[in-house]
Amino acid sequence: MQYQAPTDLADVAALLASADGKGRVMAGGTDLLARFAAGMPKPDVLVDIKHIAELMDIEQASDGSFTVGAAVCGAAISEHAALCSAWPGVTEAMDLIGSVQIQGRASLGGNLCNASPAADAVPALIAAGAICRILGSQGERQVSVADIICSPGKTCLDSDEFVVSLYLPPRPPRSADAYLRLIPRSEMDIAVAGAAVNLTLDSADVVVAATIALGAVSPVPLLVPRAADVILGSKLEADVMTRFKSVVSASCRPINDKRGTIDYRNHVAGVLAARAALIAGKRAAREGL
Amino acid sequence: MKQHICTHINGEATEFLCDAADTLLQVLRDNLRLTGTKEGCGTGDCGACSVMLNDRLVCSCLVLAVEAQHSQIETVEGLANGDSLHPLQQAFLDHAALQCGICTPGLLVAAKALLDHNPSPSESEVRFWIAGNLCRCTGYDKIVRAILAAADNMRTTHDGAQS
Repeated sequence: MQYQAPTDLADVAALLASADGKGRVMAGGTDLLARFAAGMPKPDVLVDIKHIAELMDIEQASDGSFTVGAAVCGAAISEHAALCSAWPGVTEAMDLIGSVQIQGRASLGGNLCNASPAADAVPALIAAGAICRILGSQGERQVSVADIICSPGKTCLDSDEFVVSLYLPPRPPRSADAYLRLIPRSEMDIAVAGAAVNLTLDSADVVVAATIALGAVSPVPLLVPRAADVILGSKLEADVMTRFKSVVSASCRPINDKRGTIDYRNHVAGVLAARAALIAGKRAAREGL
Repeated sequence: MKQHICTHINGEATEFLCDAADTLLQVLRDNLRLTGTKEGCGTGDCGACSVMLNDRLVCSCLVLAVEAQHSQIETVEGLANGDSLHPLQQAFLDHAALQCGICTPGLLVAAKALLDHNPSPSESEVRFWIAGNLCRCTGYDKIVRAILAAADNMRTTHDGAQS
């Protein structure tokens, strides 16, 4: 295995293209190096993207949008007060991944491209409407995070492409997001189910926009527009939330495994989504004061 | 082909040769004989190999040695000042916060990172911070008490030095 640490964006695509499918991008390496340790064959060329300025920056534009470099580590995200305040759901989802040690390395780009069905940051990014900037030897494209993962462990990226950054769009006033997951203990585990809710309230606390995304309850993170429809036009009243919960549960397509049964995951996803919606609602209302 | 890496480890300029696939943990232990850093799981779950890399707490098993080029690394060997132990090391001894000792260097490095960043952590903050350091002997209670006592001691010493 050859190690390359380019300092220029264009060199990454060129290195990946010349590796002819036998190249691999490394951001924090927390998934990749654990896999090497487990015996996964190593690539011919490993391209470390952490020496490129665009990959390591968090930028806030004057319109309120954020661009987060794909390799920015979780600790740096949690330390960015403006990002945490604008996108509490995205940043709390990232912060849930692993230990302090993992947070010193793991990134949004890595969590996305690892393409685990249980990735914590991905449902939050999908609910946020985040868009990836992808660069390859043929040029650049923008793809919604919701369209990146095709199946467990697989993304739609070509072998010479990589994610440069994640764009979080400007948000209307009284908007907020939240992410919750269930694990059997309080830290250091993989989600049994996860739920992200991003919503906007009007001045009378009525939900005027909502996006719901679920993790660990289907082969790829799941957008649930049917559930969003239930809370649109409501004030998240108790009877609405009961319906919301059952629509979320009915939308899940989980598997039985050591982390949870199908029934349990369906149930828990509904409970988490309802709680996340209420948290996002409270945050959005507070934001408008 | 071996790669030539220049770093600072515990403040000292250190060079080594390594293969692209070697982890920082392997190089610290096998090439540089800094065997205070322990290998537990090798997959970033247990924290026994915790070190500071450019002021971030990381598992050295999840860092490639080549990534350490021009970086600053701190290991458990850098904690004591000559023969005088770091207050955390002394507190671990005083509170019998270790049994087999494999997790201890990682816990000391992690605890130092915590106190550098938050000199007055609550018990709950200590417990969350060390969630990535597994100890199979002590049940954590003595470790948590040792870290809180060291924090207390360091604050008192620091305040005393200032007044």
